[in-house]
Amino acid sequence: MSRYVSYRDFDWLLIIFVLMICAIGVFEIQSATVHTKFAGAHIKQLYWIVGGLIGMFLVSLLNYQALLEQVHWMYIGAIASLMSVMIFGQKYLGARRWIKMPGGQHFQPSEWVKLILILAVAKYFADMHHRDLSWSDFIKAGAIVGIPMLMVLAQPDLGTALTYMPIALMGLFLGGVRLKQALIVLLIAGSVMPLAWHKLKPYQKDRLISFMEPEADKQGSGYQVIQSKIAVGSGGIWGGTGTQTHLSYLPVPQTDFIFAAFSEEHGFVGALGVLLLYFIVLMRLTQNAQTAPDRAGTFVVMGVVAVLSFHILVNVGMVVGFMPVTGIPLPLMSYGGSSVLFMFLALGMVMNVRMRRFVN
Amino acid sequence: MFGRDEKVSSIRLTAVQYIILIIFMILAYGLWRLQVMQSDFYAQLAEKNRIRNVPILAPRGKILDRQGRVIVDNYPSFSALLLRDSTRDLSADADAIAQGLHLEPKEVRDRIRKFTSMPQYQPIFLKDDITPDELAFIESHKNELPELDTIMAHRRLYPRNGFMAHLVGYVGEVTETMLNQPQFEFYNPGDVVGVSGVEKQYNQILMGQNGSRRALVDSRGKEMGRLDETPAVPGKQLKLTVDIDLQIAAEEAMAGKNGAMIAMEPRTGEILAMVSRPTFDPNDFAVRVSRDEWNKLVNDPDKPLLNKAIQAQLAPGSTFKILMSVAGWQENIAQTLNVHCTGGATFYGRRFGCWVKSGHGAVDLPKAIYQSCDVFFYTLAEKLGIDRIAKYATALGLGQKTGIDLPNEASGVMPSEEWKIRNFKQKWFAGETISVGIGQGAVATTPVQLMRAISAISTDGRLVVPHVVNPTELPPGVVDVQRYTEVKSVPIDSTGYTLITDAMARVLLPEGTAPSAHIPGIDIAGKTGSAQIVSLAMRAKHENNEDFAQNGWFVGFTPRRNPEIIVCVLFEGGEHGRLAARLATQVIKAYVDKQNRQPTKMAKDGAKVDVGALWTAPDEDGKANNGIGAGHFVVEASKKKPPLAAAAPGLQ
Repeated sequence: MSRYVSYRDFDWLLIIFVLMICAIGVFEIQSATVHTKFAGAHIKQLYWIVGGLIGMFLVSLLNYQALLEQVHWMYIGAIASLMSVMIFGQKYLGARRWIKMPGGQHFQPSEWVKLILILAVAKYFADMHHRDLSWSDFIKAGAIVGIPMLMVLAQPDLGTALTYMPIALMGLFLGGVRLKQALIVLLIAGSVMPLAWHKLKPYQKDRLISFMEPEADKQGSGYQVIQSKIAVGSGGIWGGTGTQTHLSYLPVPQTDFIFAAFSEEHGFVGALGVLLLYFIVLMRLTQNAQTAPDRAGTFVVMGVVAVLSFHILVNVGMVVGFMPVTGIPLPLMSYGGSSVLFMFLALGMVMNVRMRRFVN
Repeated sequence: MFGRDEKVSSIRLTAVQYIILIIFMILAYGLWRLQVMQSDFYAQLAEKNRIRNVPILAPRGKILDRQGRVIVDNYPSFSALLLRDSTRDLSADADAIAQGLHLEPKEVRDRIRKFTSMPQYQPIFLKDDITPDELAFIESHKNELPELDTIMAHRRLYPRNGFMAHLVGYVGEVTETMLNQPQFEFYNPGDVVGVSGVEKQYNQILMGQNGSRRALVDSRGKEMGRLDETPAVPGKQLKLTVDIDLQIAAEEAMAGKNGAMIAMEPRTGEILAMVSRPTFDPNDFAVRVSRDEWNKLVNDPDKPLLNKAIQAQLAPGSTFKILMSVAGWQENIAQTLNVHCTGGATFYGRRFGCWVKSGHGAVDLPKAIYQSCDVFFYTLAEKLGIDRIAKYATALGLGQKTGIDLPNEASGVMPSEEWKIRNFKQKWFAGETISVGIGQGAVATTPVQLMRAISAISTDGRLVVPHVVNPTELPPGVVDVQRYTEVKSVPIDSTGYTLITDAMARVLLPEGTAPSAHIPGIDIAGKTGSAQIVSLAMRAKHENNEDFAQNGWFVGFTPRRNPEIIVCVLFEGGEHGRLAARLATQVIKAYVDKQNRQPTKMAKDGAKVDVGALWTAPDEDGKANNGIGAGHFVVEASKKKPPLAAAAPGLQ
């Protein structure tokens, strides 16, 4: 098989745009952290990007179809790792997300699980033999994603748990969910909302409330939203001097609010440009999905598209004040190893699919 | 059937692409809204973030006594702060910090934890009013504990142990309810304002105006640069009419007793001393006072927070007889009234006793005054009737506020027929007038009111407005100078005036009610009073319970005509007026001693000097040297003529 796989088929165009976004991210991280205690973070980010690139190449070497055959084992492994977090995990910032590895590194299973989920969902829908979803299919699909989601929710990590949802949604949508089914589920979800509201922790409730009314709690949860809007708004059309970022008014500018920091310095023009880059990446990915050799491949790539779009929507939405503060990073730009590695591995999967598009 | 190799519906794929497009357009719109439409608004907010108005605190004005000696001042007070921008693990340093600042480590950690949700630029206040060694600890540990910092504010320093606490008052942070009132519209939260006493009354003068400095700050509040500055306007200092030397004498006299003492200059109304007991230490309020301490003060039955000199409304007892005497004289009754006191008398079917059970025998007005015969004044009261008594008492200021420049003055009660109907919807019974005659019953005065009334009598009808600050020394427009310098004239027949003041001078002689208070060489005229709180019968029933002990009153002045100082004492639980008299004369003695120590004042050449003097004057029947005349007249001081004994009117 590998004879037919050539590196010409590597999606160089995609990589170029991806690396452009990464580069912008690195510069912005450097600018945002230059006088703070996080100075030097951009160097670490570079290491992760390089590592990610290597990982991407490695993953692209595998045959994704073979991978998909083994997805059941991987799925069990994923559940096991989530379980071990629940049992052995370290509590940090009120959530049990990490396991301490020998060697002192922290391992956050929930990101790996996302990758495996994409594959699992892809396999599930790929193996389906009918056009429309039956209810049992629906529920089974929901369970595949839902079980890990609930386990992550129990950590508790609402933000990451929510990022599993787009995988399910994309799968269902492309897998042939019917309008009626969708509406019924929405109705059920809507009626369950009040119950869910009660289950939310106070800080989560705060975040939602301050999303609606940031002025109500200027010093607490509303603070981040307000500061973000000030930073972004003051950037104007062409960008400003980045006072808010540099004077530390913008909280965590190198991670969650990196887009705000960038928008402050480069204005509407710059921000729109970055959005354009992301859009191009997404469209390119979709194109790869359309040219995939089989259903599974399409699902895999679209799963990646779903996750990526979701992250962008939630993060940029938060930055401009359309979404509550959730702690979801901006892929490729936000500082953070887990996120960068995940993205590159996911892109590796995409490459994988693309490179085999002429293979049968 | 679809197999593995069937493609995904391309319609749906395209739909996803469009959905993504829509999402991005929404995001782009969000950016547009912030960065193009509302750009100016946010740019302004960004400015506001980074430009901070740092207030430059204005020091409050000092309070001085009449000779310019400092009573209340400010002192620099340092507070210890914990800055939170550094990478240091504050919890680990908590032990060291706690030790240096004499706090509990747990307390420090708790505060750190409580502040974690606040923005980082807000420092944590660890301790106010730190001592010099704690300050030194912070300064010397700048390397090891860089997160510790200090901030300086001015705090009020009051005399210790509650000296002058009620007159001076104290300051506190302006409350929300105060801010809502119109007179406080220019004040900001966090402003320190006077809460009681002089601090409150003259807050406008004492409080300066904070300046501000516009500084460029980062989110930690660290100043990165300075823009411009408006300097602070310090508060003006305030000079009181009080004389510290007399105040000390008064505080010493009242030590360990409950009640009040005031000393005043009868000619002008300037207050020379004011004491209320029990007292409290206002320095406790300058730093935060605990709820327990506050409750203790508020609930104390002896009412330490009350300025009894102007707020205690009590029956004046026999001191009221002086006002009765004036009323009786002006109505032409007292001149010829002679009563035989057998220890009591019956009016309207009730027996009213005299404090001398065996009776005073034959009593005329002078004897009634210096021996304080109750029966005489019962009789006089019955003859006058309550409305005539009320007329003169009211003219002398009873039943109204004196208008002293201190907050929360009480107005006392001067009953009359109209008063009874208005307040109780009942008719005044003639029997009630009898007890009013000796200053019991419905009549109630504050010490300052009583003093002012007797001061008017002692100065032949000059009813002054007592004040603690000389209005002419204030900047123009702050107070209505007229209000405090206005002197009302109460007509008193001159013969009556002479007779009454002479009789009052005999109170401190062996034949009077307070001979033990006499000070050789000083001519003091006064009146004692023992005011009952409950009826004598009830007292007897409760075996002279301490709570029911009578209040001792005394009002005295020197010299007997055209006096220079008048002192009023309320000795709660003192039982006898003569004990109150002994306290008052201590202050009078202090005053006279001080005057004697002053160098004699020399009048400027050609100045017209208003001289007050006593002289012997012949009686009506021409016999010389039996009567004393008094008054004041004008003398022209001249260097050319040698100082000569001025020729008094009537003398050759």
